[in-house]
Amino acid sequence: MTSNKKLGTFLASAIVLAVLPFVVSGTLGNAWVRTIDFALLYVMLALGLNIVVGFAGLLDLGFIAFYAVGAYTFALLGSPHFGIHLPFYITIPLGAGFAALFGILLGTPVLKLKGDYLAIVTLGFGEIVRIFMNNLNAPINITNGPQGINLVDPIQFAGFSLGKVTQIGSFTLNPVHLYYYMFLALTVLVVIMVSRLQHSRIGRAWVAMREDYIAASAMGLNIRNIKLLAFALGALSGGVAGGLFAAFQGFISPESFSLLESIMILAMVVLGGMGHIPGVILGAVVLTIAPEILRDVIGPLQMHTFGRMIVDPENARMLLFGLAMVVMMLTRPEGMWPSKRRQAEFDDAKKG
Amino acid sequence: MDIFVQQILNGLVLGSIYALIALGYTMVYGIMGLINFAHGEVVMFGAMVTITVISAMTNAGIHLPGGAMVLIALMVAIPACMLLGFTIERVAYRPLRNAPKLAPLITAIGLSIVLQQVAILIWGRNYIPFPPILNHDTIDIFGATITQLQVLIVILCLVLMAGLLLVVEKTKLGRAMRATSQNPGVAGLMGVNVNTIVSATFVMGSGLGAVAGVMVATNYDQAHYYMGFMIGLKAFTAAVLGGIGNLGGAVAGGILLGIIESLGAGYIGDLTGGFLGSNYQDIFAFAVLIVVLIFRPSGLLGEKIADRA
Repeated sequence: MTSNKKLGTFLASAIVLAVLPFVVSGTLGNAWVRTIDFALLYVMLALGLNIVVGFAGLLDLGFIAFYAVGAYTFALLGSPHFGIHLPFYITIPLGAGFAALFGILLGTPVLKLKGDYLAIVTLGFGEIVRIFMNNLNAPINITNGPQGINLVDPIQFAGFSLGKVTQIGSFTLNPVHLYYYMFLALTVLVVIMVSRLQHSRIGRAWVAMREDYIAASAMGLNIRNIKLLAFALGALSGGVAGGLFAAFQGFISPESFSLLESIMILAMVVLGGMGHIPGVILGAVVLTIAPEILRDVIGPLQMHTFGRMIVDPENARMLLFGLAMVVMMLTRPEGMWPSKRRQAEFDDAKKG
Repeated sequence: MDIFVQQILNGLVLGSIYALIALGYTMVYGIMGLINFAHGEVVMFGAMVTITVISAMTNAGIHLPGGAMVLIALMVAIPACMLLGFTIERVAYRPLRNAPKLAPLITAIGLSIVLQQVAILIWGRNYIPFPPILNHDTIDIFGATITQLQVLIVILCLVLMAGLLLVVEKTKLGRAMRATSQNPGVAGLMGVNVNTIVSATFVMGSGLGAVAGVMVATNYDQAHYYMGFMIGLKAFTAAVLGGIGNLGGAVAGGILLGIIESLGAGYIGDLTGGFLGSNYQDIFAFAVLIVVLIFRPSGLLGEKIADRA
């Protein structure tokens, strides 16, 4: 009975996810499909960060650096900038691999650091990566500096490109639709990877380390290795998302990889429910879509009620967004959809 | 040689401002164990309010000596920032005092976004120049030049830091603050009103932040709604560098960071044979931080926290 129910839920969500882009583009327009595509990218990023912050309990404020590494790897090896055009099935794994390498590179010197010291070092690491991307256009032009890299190849294989409008019978598929399915497939892959990890030996080792690393190492866990593994696997997912972002956007510049982005991803993890995969997904989707809804609503609402713009819509949008973050956190400090374990810990702490 | 002296002097000015802001971070961290991400915005409001008051006075036809006008403006800006700091703690941190550690970090970030947007609403998105009322006469020291204003900034910073240390070490309020930072529960049992102490900490830190904001604005001759972000980040780096929670550490970290940064900006081109230019200045702060923390994981003056047995 329960397995039937599970199968039913699975099929229902599969169907909903499959038709979602067409329903959305039919009712709200293609811009919204684009937003959903970005939401999927952020789900991948948030799930990656969740490994580091949620599972292993290591506060990382420079996660966007791994996204940047993935994106720049893809763009440099698939754009007219160097004249190299490698296919995506080489550049995306390569980007993910580089990102994981950077994760270990960051993880090794900071193994001994705890809590907020770790947070500020990761933040510094993220900034260093961004500053290098911004300035490595001289004396040898590698990243093209603040101008970024243009005309990044779309994802294409066997003469079929995701970057072009495609006709299948009477069906018109826009790039936003095509990328949606690609992103969805990879998001599902990432979800499977992290949920398998969570319930594996490694996942339990992370929890043990998070709760009490001295006890964990006394039980024979190699703290160094599982810490580095957390950084590397988190970065891996960030690197994949970065490569996809570069292909989807067709243009990247250091501006996309600012500290604010790192903070937003952290906010997705914490607001959604740290360490809980469905919660993190929810957090990522809500925080990607909410600002866009505000963008669509604020301007027209002002025109409608006052007949003119009282407050600059962009300004009002960010103001409300910041307020919403504060209010949501105040009302649900444990996150929107916390895991049972965390909820229990939280209730205990409140009683104590 | 004169470049060297010049960079040291520039670094000293910058570093003492960092130190003043770092004190705000480190005080809050020492007492509550949380990063007050919105502190940079308090600094920004200090600068903005001061400029507004000075412009208002000029527009009203009041013309006093430049120093007096800044002083009057500060009398408005400091209480305003203190009120802001007090409100931030009440709204964003107090309800979450027993919540998981990351929750107040997120409210702080949310609040920081809100404060920036409020600043845009009031003062707009453009750079606001500091009114040209101050004397920019220079003094020569060993072939390097420094403005009288910068000398004043350094002296004022030192006086304020000494004052703060005096308060923390010698007064009853300071003793209560130290007790709260060691153990809020026990401090409460000893008759310390922890809520008052936390509020007092935020108010004092914000007051220092307001002064620092004005210093930044006079030193660069401008203010901007986003100025609090980078300077706050650097100051926080300074606080961590010195050992977060440690007042002396914040001062040492701030001044050290300022000097390293300006020396770095001055010499990086020569050191790397022109490969890296002064646009890498911001990397120094973080690179130094990482190197220091590798060898001293709790900062320069931070106490080594023993692992739980």
